[in-house]
Amino acid sequence: MKTPSRLEKLLEAGHFVVTGELGPPKGNNVAAVKKKAALLRGYVDAVNITDNQTAVVRMSSIATAVVAQQQGLEPVMQMVCRDRNRIAMQSDIIGAAALGIPNVLCLSGDHQQFGNQAHSKNVFDIDSIQLVGAMRRLRDENKLLDSDEKLDGPVKMFIGAAANPFAEPFEFRPYRLKKKVEAGADFIQTQCVFDLEIFEQWLSKARDLGLTERCHILAGVIPLKSGRMAKYMAEHVPGVIMPEAIVKRMVDAPKGKGGIEGVKICCELIDALKEMKGLSGVHIMAIEWEKKVPKIVEKANLFPRPAID
Amino acid sequence: MIVAQIKPLPEIAEGLEPHGKTLIVGCGGCTSICLAGGQPEVDQLCLELEQLFKEKGLNKTFEGYVVERGCDPDFIQELDILAAEFEAFLCVGCGAGAQLIAEQFPEKPVYPGVNTQFLGVNREVGWYEEKCRSCGDCQLAYTGCICPVTRCAKSIFNGPCGGTQREGRCELDAETPCAWVDIFNRLKTQQRVENIERIRQPTAWQNQKQGQLVHEAYRDRYTKKD
Ligand code: SF4
Ligand code: SF4
Repeated sequence: MKTPSRLEKLLEAGHFVVTGELGPPKGNNVAAVKKKAALLRGYVDAVNITDNQTAVVRMSSIATAVVAQQQGLEPVMQMVCRDRNRIAMQSDIIGAAALGIPNVLCLSGDHQQFGNQAHSKNVFDIDSIQLVGAMRRLRDENKLLDSDEKLDGPVKMFIGAAANPFAEPFEFRPYRLKKKVEAGADFIQTQCVFDLEIFEQWLSKARDLGLTERCHILAGVIPLKSGRMAKYMAEHVPGVIMPEAIVKRMVDAPKGKGGIEGVKICCELIDALKEMKGLSGVHIMAIEWEKKVPKIVEKANLFPRPAID
Repeated sequence: MIVAQIKPLPEIAEGLEPHGKTLIVGCGGCTSICLAGGQPEVDQLCLELEQLFKEKGLNKTFEGYVVERGCDPDFIQELDILAAEFEAFLCVGCGAGAQLIAEQFPEKPVYPGVNTQFLGVNREVGWYEEKCRSCGDCQLAYTGCICPVTRCAKSIFNGPCGGTQREGRCELDAETPCAWVDIFNRLKTQQRVENIERIRQPTAWQNQKQGQLVHEAYRDRYTKKD
């Protein structure tokens, strides 16, 4: 194994893994983190800790990751390129490794105009692919960017990146995935899948390019809560494609029963994804709806999670 | 060209209020072309400022002068013979020009009359678009001559990000085209998509200190000889 990551062990052992997501609170409410962690514990193999998602200031991903870890979850610390230059990023990664955080997910980050600090200056000193490359250099060569000096101590982290099969130019997306794999991504978590056809096209191209042999791909899924949420996501969330049939099922669900239908759709999607060749797991993004995760994992026959250490 | 926009009149007036006779300096270069600091704008500013102060019960005199190019000391020198009459300058050339005037007359206050916005092109009459952020390490060769630094909202070098919206729009909004979709499409037309299939390594940013450049042909002139 390249790292102490449990996620790596499970993936290398060929298990179909389940990762979840935990959004840090808008304040230092540690109890809120513990509460979410308790809901997810035992049902996911690792949990992504988002990094100021949608550019809204929250408890830092590194601090939240430590709290999650103390609660018995394995964190995947997300890191966006929006807020830090390469000095801060490498320093935070080294710090995270020192705290025992075993996984990192490298992202561009949502533009700051969407958040509560809309007048801030973004950084983007390096982009997400370059960050993956920097991570690999830190781990495999134990060196910083632009420096040949060995660091004082190993930085062993399992390196993740994101991919969106549902954004234009569709034709180029598998090649962008290839760049991430070439930069050093060990695993990939995708944007949420609703349209299985587009996803399979992307995945099959990834297979043709040999990428599924070189990295572990986890398909993202989101349980829909209501018809309103389905419509909003279908129309307004950049990079999401939702088939009309799913929107319709959600809108047609009896009043107050939207969530039940949403969980059902989510499980059906997971069932279909499990059959796809070259897929190593699912990433369940039930932000602010963590309590549904156990049900989804059970209904999708992914419970109990494999024991390994 | 450098694109600039006249500042709101009250903001300009606030700076000039303590001063007596003021010379409004325009520029015959970029800010003339973008209708912010040429002769007509200078003339109009003189009138509007006089009027604004009159309404406040203040009698102030403004005069205008347009230099051919405000970023060149040879042209700024023309102001020497006029300067003695004036207490302050208002520059409606770009921010670079304003600083050059200030260097020429260090004892007099110089105020900017425009917000210098960006380096861009004319889209149509009166419509300008930013095209270059002077990154100092031009990437256009591999991006189909579409600037990723300026046009991509995240200035990424290995795009497109995951936020691209329907019809190739940027995650910012449905009006802004995604730079990287455009880059891909143009390279595809030219059959050189392989340009962006290779990873671009982290940029060695060139614009983190004030730029200084001596043309090669003039190196001897400006290098100190022992
Ligand atoms: S890459 Fe863009 S910002 Fe840099 S010099 Fe070229 S056009 Fe200007
Ligand atoms: S959508 Fe396109 S232009 Fe907008 S930030 Fe992403 S890559 Fe850049």
